[in-house]
Amino acid sequence: MSLKIVVLAKQVPDTRNVGKDAMNADGTINRAALPAIFNPEDLNALEQALRLKETHPGSVVTILTMGPGRAAEIIREGLYRGADNGYLLTDRAFAGADTLATSYALAMAIRKIGDYDIIIGGRQAIDGDTAQVGPQVAEKLGLPQITYVEEIEEVADKHIRVKRHIDGGVETVEGPLPIVLTVNGSAAPCRPRNAKLVQKYKRALGGQEKAALTKDGGVLPYAALYESRPYLNIVEWSVSDVNGDTKQCGLSGSPTKVKKIENIVFQAKESKTLTGSDADVENLIVELLANHTIG
Amino acid sequence: MANFYTENPELSFHLKNSMMERICELKERGYKDKDEFDYAPQDYADAIDSYEKVLEITGEIAAEVVAANAESVDEEGPHCANGRVEYASGTKKNLEAMVQAGLNGMTMPRRFGGLNFPITPYTMCAEIVAIADAGFGNIWSLQDCIETLYEFGNEDQHSRFIPRICAGETMSMDLTEPDAGSDLQSVMLKATFDEKENCWRLNGVKRFITNGDSNLHLVLARSEEGTHDGRGLSMFIYDKNDGGVDVRRIENKLGIHGSPTCELVYKNAKAELCGERKLGLIKYVMALMNGARLGIAAQSVGLSQAAYNEALAYAKERKQFGKAIINFPAVYDMLDTIKAKLDAGRALLYQTSRYVDIYKALDDIARERKLTPEERQEEKRYARLADSFTPLAKGMNSEYANQNAYDCIQIHGGSGFMMEYACQRIYRDARITSIYEGTTQLQTVAAIRYVTNGAYATTLHEFEAIPCAPEFERYMDRIKEMTRKFEACTNAVKEAKDQELLDFVARRLYEMAAVCVMSHLLLQDATKAPELFARSLNVYVNYADAEIEKHFNFIRKFRPEELDNYRY
Repeated sequence: MSLKIVVLAKQVPDTRNVGKDAMNADGTINRAALPAIFNPEDLNALEQALRLKETHPGSVVTILTMGPGRAAEIIREGLYRGADNGYLLTDRAFAGADTLATSYALAMAIRKIGDYDIIIGGRQAIDGDTAQVGPQVAEKLGLPQITYVEEIEEVADKHIRVKRHIDGGVETVEGPLPIVLTVNGSAAPCRPRNAKLVQKYKRALGGQEKAALTKDGGVLPYAALYESRPYLNIVEWSVSDVNGDTKQCGLSGSPTKVKKIENIVFQAKESKTLTGSDADVENLIVELLANHTIG
Repeated sequence: MANFYTENPELSFHLKNSMMERICELKERGYKDKDEFDYAPQDYADAIDSYEKVLEITGEIAAEVVAANAESVDEEGPHCANGRVEYASGTKKNLEAMVQAGLNGMTMPRRFGGLNFPITPYTMCAEIVAIADAGFGNIWSLQDCIETLYEFGNEDQHSRFIPRICAGETMSMDLTEPDAGSDLQSVMLKATFDEKENCWRLNGVKRFITNGDSNLHLVLARSEEGTHDGRGLSMFIYDKNDGGVDVRRIENKLGIHGSPTCELVYKNAKAELCGERKLGLIKYVMALMNGARLGIAAQSVGLSQAAYNEALAYAKERKQFGKAIINFPAVYDMLDTIKAKLDAGRALLYQTSRYVDIYKALDDIARERKLTPEERQEEKRYARLADSFTPLAKGMNSEYANQNAYDCIQIHGGSGFMMEYACQRIYRDARITSIYEGTTQLQTVAAIRYVTNGAYATTLHEFEAIPCAPEFERYMDRIKEMTRKFEACTNAVKEAKDQELLDFVARRLYEMAAVCVMSHLLLQDATKAPELFARSLNVYVNYADAEIEKHFNFIRKFRPEELDNYRY
């Protein structure tokens, strides 16, 4: 059976090599110091999608991302590796979204795409590390979800069987389609960009990127190609394109407010192992309340 | 992410050499593929942009995958079981990444699934892979055997075999035998025509075959019964799917452990003729070897780059007597010399590959239509230049790779002798480069005719007419003086009319020609990009001038009767 797969991907600052200049004085991220990259676990998710495409001929892999105009790069990176198309959710009204507003926007976009069997994304993004967006998308769409996926073993008869990562091992679970999966970083790494696909899609641009090139009388290079080769036009969707409610998007749809940002230095040199007993959990809560980690 | 292309801006500089415009125009036939293939370039700028993007992919895979696997591949190596080769696990991962990235059949026409790249960017990819792991470089870059099948095979063979190589199947060239190494005229593997099955059958043994369990083999075999020289040899295609060839053993080597070197037993193996009978050695293998020699030159440059990277990092980091050792003249002299030889050798490599590109593209066009008289002239000129430069590029770069690997270990001191550091692997891997695909001594044999017939001198005189930056005039003067000494030595040896004397000093004359050529190329490069090459120009001309002086002194003072003291 051929599958319709939507890959959720995010452009993130590369927080893996954070230097002293990573944060601005006001507590926001200094994007100039951190290159924008494809969120690593979203690449693991893309690889799972591309493998399904190989084993299920006729399948279509769609990249869905949300971000500023330059996040079209994420869609190009997906196309370079074998994705078929992509949508960039981009609108000022989407800006400043927390996980709730992000998952709302993504869910609306997925509804607009309409036809899907598998929605797959990374477990979490390396900028926020929340691991909430995948599960929230599933809830909003009313779909089952499997998190921490390491490998998709089989998709057949509207069912999927996956291996998922758990503490100390893996478990094999099954679920019905359509389904939302989030993929763990321990899954297979993503394949490299393909030479032919890079040459085919290297001029694919989103509307904002094109506008930036033609600003101040600039000329769009190879402009005629965008008419003869429609796949070079990366589709951008605004809030209204996905029939979204502006109040639920971006900053206004985000109950999470950043109270304060502090620079911290990790000091603990040891780890603690706790059992799941009520006593241990209670002691932990007391401890975390006492040192203001929570509460 | 580490990237062996973007980290070495010298490569991008060479890619954008002005000769590339003509090369792309010829290779792309005026960019006619753009309407038929969605990945074909629109024009020259678009083509260069595509090459760079593909080089970036190669650079990333080389740095992130191949380099990361190099140590384990070196330790594990391939295994032989039941007549088949099992690659080291890291080798399999490397191959998978290269195939997924579509980096196979790179120079083949698009109608067969290739990328239709000129040889220059392909050679750059080979260099980049060799920076990461020279042994893996062999397996991957043997894809260039397909050039020979493309040049001399028929259309039916093209359509059956080329798409498979573009899809990632590997190749080997089965030439040498226990009694036929440098002397390929002695090849004995027997080819007989099977009238019943209407095919050729191969019987015999091949030895030292790189990647000998490949999918597709080009085999040199004796098709003319009763003959004993090169004229009785033909070239055959053996497809592993047909069976009949077993790997008897894998050699245990000093270096390039990841690359399986095989002894092959042919038992009535079905094969088909490639090209015409009797032209196997004298035409096809010569073409095959010229391509392979460019490949070894690229591998050598990659090894030199790796040696420089390791030496530089260690010299900066290692402190003795209260300071980093890079600040000691004895150390920075070695380091600068490595870099200068690297830059000079790389300039020679890509000058050669561009010559090859032009004449091969014209040869290919000649298969489609008659060349104009101007094009025929151009083809001849560049074929001659390619023939004269290929032995220089292969011989000099392989010797430099060895010298650079040696100095790299020296800079590491005692640590360099320990197996923990990458420099020992580079040193072992480099050793084969001056031996296989024709030893440096055989490169000298191939090159000496261009010394005596004045071809190198003519090229050097043409280089003298190319303007250089005013601040580099003094180097131009020195290189002209070096060239005069090379010519004086050549004339003195020629006038002696003593073949043995010529053979005896041939290596010295060859090196004199080579260092003059490389000095000029660095001068041209430094004029265009002083920020990249001015330093190496200075260091290299100092080095080359001293080399010229050494050989000049030897040849001038050597008396022919002294040969008596050398002979055995």
